[in-house]
Amino acid sequence: MKIKLNVNQKEKVFEVEPNEYLLDVLRRTHYTSVRRGCDNTGCGVCTVLLDNKPVPSCSLLAVKADGHEIITVEGIQEEADKLGRHFGDEGADQCGFCNPSMALTVYSLKLENPKATDEEINQYLVGNLCRCTGYVAQHDAIKKYLGDQS
Amino acid sequence: MNVNEYVVVDHVEKAYQLLNQDKKNQIIAGGAWLKLSVKEVNKLISLDHLSLNYIKEEKDFIEIGAMTSLRDLEMNSVVNDLDHGLLSLAISKIMGVTIRNLASIGGSIMGKFSFSDILPVLLVMDCKLYFHHRGEMNIEDFMNTRGLERDVLTHIKIKKQNRKSFFKRVAHTALDFSMINIAIVYDDSFMISVGSQPGMAMLCKETMSYLNETSEVTEEVIKEAVIIALNELNLSSNLRASQSYREVLVKTYLKRGIRQVIE
Repeated sequence: MKIKLNVNQKEKVFEVEPNEYLLDVLRRTHYTSVRRGCDNTGCGVCTVLLDNKPVPSCSLLAVKADGHEIITVEGIQEEADKLGRHFGDEGADQCGFCNPSMALTVYSLKLENPKATDEEINQYLVGNLCRCTGYVAQHDAIKKYLGDQS
Repeated sequence: MNVNEYVVVDHVEKAYQLLNQDKKNQIIAGGAWLKLSVKEVNKLISLDHLSLNYIKEEKDFIEIGAMTSLRDLEMNSVVNDLDHGLLSLAISKIMGVTIRNLASIGGSIMGKFSFSDILPVLLVMDCKLYFHHRGEMNIEDFMNTRGLERDVLTHIKIKKQNRKSFFKRVAHTALDFSMINIAIVYDDSFMISVGSQPGMAMLCKETMSYLNETSEVTEEVIKEAVIIALNELNLSSNLRASQSYREVLVKTYLKRGIRQVIE
C-alpha cells in the first residue's frame, strides 16, 4: 500500500507492506542515519521525530505514520552540528553509532524543555543507550548545548 | 508478524464490526507492544482517525480517550493532580520518552500485560472503562473478565481525588519490565495493588480489609498486613526474578509504602 510521509520537509510517497516498520522503510530508502540496534525498543538508536516527538522507528508501523512528518538527523543538521561540537569538546562520543538518535532526542528536549535540569536531562535520555562513553561527558555536552540556546 | 491488510476506520461501530468478523482481525492502538503480542493478523484495525486522543476535565472526574499517549498523560497538569501525581509518576517510570510517545492508555489497558506498571495504579484509582458495545465497566471487573478483547475501548474515566499515594516499581534497569510493582493510596481507607507477580496486577483485598478495620496502623499492624499480602498474592518465579526475591521486595516496599502514606 502507498503512504505519504513528509521526511525532512520533503513530501514523499512510499510503497510499504502493512506489517513493515518505519525503520525498515527508512533504511531501504537510504535514510541510513536511522540505525538498527536491538530492533525491540530497548536501545534508542532507531529514534526519529514523528511530528517533533521522538519515537522508536523499530516499533512504529510505517502505515501508522501515514500523513505525518518525520525528521531524521539530516533534517536538523544545523542543530546536530552545534551539539556535535559540544560532544567533541567534552569527549562525549567515540564510535558515533548513537549520535544521530542522541541528537534528535536532545533537539526534542530543547523544543519541549529548553531549561531542563540535570535530572530532567537524565530522565529524557533514558532509552538512548551509548556503549562507548558512559554518560557524564554527554550530559555535560548537552547542558552546554542547551545553555547556548537560552 | 504477518498482516494482510491495514484498515483505518472512521467510526467506532465499523471497528467493532470488523473486529468481530474474524478472530484474526485485531485493533492496533499505539502499537508499541505489537512485536510482543501479535503473530498473525488478517485485518489490523486503526483507531487513529476516531479523535480518541484527548484529556477532558469534568467536575468530578477526568475523561481520557483510549488513543491518548502515555507521554501526553504524564505531562498533563490535571492528571498530575490525581492522587498526588500517582499515575504520572508510574507512567514516567515506563522505559523512555520515545516509547511513551507511542504507547497509548487504551493499548496499555487492553493488552492486560502482566508487566504493566499502569494497571496496578488504575486498580487503586477508581477508574471506569467505557466500551463501545458493553458500555461502562469497573477496571477490576475488566481484569477478571475474559473475552473483552472483542470490544472497543473508547475512553476511561478516573475520579478526581487527591489521596496520599505510593508507587514503586523494581526492575533490573530503567528499560526492563518490572519484576514487581506496588501502588497504594490512602485517605480514610487503604487501596493496595501489586503487579508483575509475574502474573497480572491484583488488588490485595484481604490486606486492605485488615488495615481498614484496624483503629491504628502501628508497626505491628504493618508487619501483619505484609504477612496477609504475601498469603493472598500469587507471587512466583520467572526469568526476571525468583519467587523468594519477589517476596522480599513485597515485604520491603509494602512496609515502606504503608508508612509513607500514613505519615
